[in-house]
Amino acid sequence: MKGTNLGEFEELVLLTVAALINEAYSVAICDELSNHTGRSVKLGVVHAVLNRLEEKGLLKSELGEATNARGGKRKRFYQVTMQGKTALINAKSMRDQLWARIPTLAWKKM
Amino acid sequence: MKEQRQHHPPSWAQRFVEWYCKPGLVEDLTGDLNECFERNVQSIGPRRAKLIYIIDAIKFFRSYTVRSSIFVNLFMNRIMIGSYVKTSGRNIMRNKLFSFINILGLAISMSVGLLLIAFVLDLRSYDRFHKNGERIYRITNVVTSNGDDNGKFATTSTKTGKLIREKVSGIEVAVMRNNFSGDAKVGDNVLPLRGFWAEPSLFRIFTFPMVEGNPATALKEPYSVVLTETAARKLFGNQAALGKAIQVDTVIYQVTGIMKDVPFFSHISFEALVSLSTVEQNNTGEWTNMWSNAVYLLPSENADMATIQSQLNAIAKEENLAEEKTKIQLELLPLYNIVVGESLRQSEGGPGFAGPHMPPVVLWILGGLALVVILSACFNYTNLSIARATRRIKEIGLRKAIGAGKGQVRLQFLAEAVMISLAALLLSFLLFLVLRPLLINMAPEMQQTVKLDLTPSMVAAFILFSVTVGVIAGFMPAVFFSKISPINAFGSVASMKMFKHLTLRRALVVIQYTVTLIFITTTAVGYVQYKNILAFDLGFNTANILNIDMQDNKPDALLKELGEMPEITGLSRSLITTGVGNVWGGNMKYKDSRDSVLVMTNHVDENYLPLHDYKLLAGGNFAARPATTAASSEVIVNEQVLKRFNIGAGNPEKAIGEQITLNGRKMTIVGVMQDFHYGKVENLIGPVAFTFWTPKDRSIISAKIKSADMPATLAKIESVWKKIDRVHPFTAEFYDEAIEEAYSEFSTMIKIIGFLSFLAISIASMGLFGMVVFTTETRLKEIGIRKVMGASIGNLIYLLSRNFLFLLSVSALIALPATYLFFKIVVLPNYPYHTPVQLTELSAGLLVVLLIAFMMIGSQTLKAARSNPVAVLKSE
Repeated sequence: MKGTNLGEFEELVLLTVAALINEAYSVAICDELSNHTGRSVKLGVVHAVLNRLEEKGLLKSELGEATNARGGKRKRFYQVTMQGKTALINAKSMRDQLWARIPTLAWKKM
Repeated sequence: MKEQRQHHPPSWAQRFVEWYCKPGLVEDLTGDLNECFERNVQSIGPRRAKLIYIIDAIKFFRSYTVRSSIFVNLFMNRIMIGSYVKTSGRNIMRNKLFSFINILGLAISMSVGLLLIAFVLDLRSYDRFHKNGERIYRITNVVTSNGDDNGKFATTSTKTGKLIREKVSGIEVAVMRNNFSGDAKVGDNVLPLRGFWAEPSLFRIFTFPMVEGNPATALKEPYSVVLTETAARKLFGNQAALGKAIQVDTVIYQVTGIMKDVPFFSHISFEALVSLSTVEQNNTGEWTNMWSNAVYLLPSENADMATIQSQLNAIAKEENLAEEKTKIQLELLPLYNIVVGESLRQSEGGPGFAGPHMPPVVLWILGGLALVVILSACFNYTNLSIARATRRIKEIGLRKAIGAGKGQVRLQFLAEAVMISLAALLLSFLLFLVLRPLLINMAPEMQQTVKLDLTPSMVAAFILFSVTVGVIAGFMPAVFFSKISPINAFGSVASMKMFKHLTLRRALVVIQYTVTLIFITTTAVGYVQYKNILAFDLGFNTANILNIDMQDNKPDALLKELGEMPEITGLSRSLITTGVGNVWGGNMKYKDSRDSVLVMTNHVDENYLPLHDYKLLAGGNFAARPATTAASSEVIVNEQVLKRFNIGAGNPEKAIGEQITLNGRKMTIVGVMQDFHYGKVENLIGPVAFTFWTPKDRSIISAKIKSADMPATLAKIESVWKKIDRVHPFTAEFYDEAIEEAYSEFSTMIKIIGFLSFLAISIASMGLFGMVVFTTETRLKEIGIRKVMGASIGNLIYLLSRNFLFLLSVSALIALPATYLFFKIVVLPNYPYHTPVQLTELSAGLLVVLLIAFMMIGSQTLKAARSNPVAVLKSE
């Protein structure tokens, strides 16, 4: 079923939106992602992912106030929905479980 | 406030986004683009900011952002294209001559493009069949000895392979050794077999599927051999080969595997693989003994190549410590860069690891030449189309008057050009089929390198290429005609700005003709020089002499059989064939034991000199018949030897009986030959010494034949050969053919340049034709008036063609000296015995070009000059 699993990049974007709280709009998300992952993140890709997450119902968006920057164009702000939050928590707990299963000894061998 | 220049994003890109974007998203997306743009202007400057804006604007074009109505519009346009195709088709059919010239011109030039595309695609398909191809590397040895850069070698020592296996983890290593070759014997069946020595890991790195046997163990034990299916069939017929024994020389090998034949597009090709462990036992495996092995690597999937490289550097560093003279660095060469990639040296191990090879720069040059030819043809199309404007402006005007937009006119002309170029593709494909065997058979290396067979990707590339050519060719006419306003269209044609690019066109005619003339005169001069070389007096006679390679057989039996044939008037034995670039050298000393000179030698029997008409200035032929090299004590030298050592003080007679040392053995001069060409014509004549042929030498039998029916005689000789050697095919060549072959790169060159001249002249002619049509059509009224006023046809022809004559003379003035200097300065100094460039060859080339040009100009101007002034002047 579409929407149950998060892709790696989807998860990153979703987390960033959550972390930025009220300032989560495309350019800011892009910057934040670039800073934290160290890879160059393309605006178009982020936008496509945001759109997909919104379609899945993990995000919701609304247009903000008009400003003079951006050539008078309004920003679209994103927020994590309840579903989004659940998806993030699920992803994290799944990882934690897997981490817990690696015995310390196995690490040393590698 | 500080004054600051305001930068704006490119407006067309902004409009593009607004055009395709869903209304709900427009504000959001353009806002993002603007914000990034402002920021980029500050950080990386306005120019790059604009570029990024454009790229982003295009990247936002995604299924979810695009308005659905756009797809509907595109679909509507598709229907319109159908109508363009229809009108274009009618137009092409209506102007048959015009279309024919355009199609032919494009087809001829496109055939070069097709050949080049096929050639490049073939080269790029090398080694792609290996499943792990992207991860496979070969070790390149970068050698410096005594501080001199010796270059890069495709070969590596076996020790390198061993060290990598020991010290680098997670890597598959296979060592291959050059040149396993010999006659394989199975019962009575003897066949030559060639291949490599290899390790079992080879089958883990490369994808060479086994049909029978176990790939993991097949090459493990010494004296194991894996045969390809074809080789197995040749040796064993329909019997099972696995587990059987074959004998090569005196050694017995077990067949431990049968593998699928090696694909054609593989840089390593072989019939058999023999376990490396067979030769490994007596191999010292020194670090600097790198001349006949190659090492292939397959790192594990997530290996870091930089780490592996640093490990290789460490290995090289440690090994180099022990060496005084030679230092070797190891480099990784990806499998796909072997065939098309940097040129590597290979040592004298025979054919091997370099395989077919093409440096990318050659491809670039070929591509550049093809591009020039194709652009030139495209330009002709443009020129011809615009030249025909007088007849089509009204049509366009009418279209526009009833509501056609600029874009639609543009699309129509593009469609027309693409249709023409697709038609040209059909024709040029036929040309391609004709030219393909010519190209492949041009040189033996070609046959082993490319097949030029059609593949789906090749067909796709051809069609894409043709469409691109059409778009390039149709671009200018499309822009030109779309600008026509309906008001002007019905007015006077001459009032339009059609002459704007006239100077540019003239310049292009001059360039086209200069290139054509250079090509043609080069072909002419080159051909004459080539013929001179073939007819060159080498100083000995080569007519009707057949050289038979004994291929390690004892010559006596064959000599006896041939001696009984009435068609053969003379027979002789020698070590090598001279005059075709083969050399055999020796060290010669005279009285001063410190003065040693490299002389060229040949070992010949007593019949050799008379058979080839060598002129003896003094002394006589060999008298003794020594059976071993050590026992031979007589030498025949040429004049250069006497000159070099000052033997006999200029008198050959006095040199007879003098003692010299050749390769450490004392020898007596028994004869002095007149100087002759031992090497090729580009080599200076140096000292030469002939000694007696002994049974230990490899032998070439020269047979002088006098026969009315040459093929029958050759068949007879071949049947004699079959009695003596059933394994190896009869290899014999007439001396004159061998000489021709020795200069084959010359004839290949002439063929290529000749073909390019043909292209150049056809394209330039068509371009000129377009120009002439264009000018005469626009000057028809002027001609009419002149005729009415009493100008003669001769006057008019002069008037119309004088401009072109001027242009042609300018090209001739540039091209002829250019060719002359090119040969005088660049080519001929390499050939000390050349004949100078004659004016006749240069003027012959000029004449051909001028003749064709005059025919182009003459036919059109005559037509114009003969036109009826009444018809021309009445039309307004």
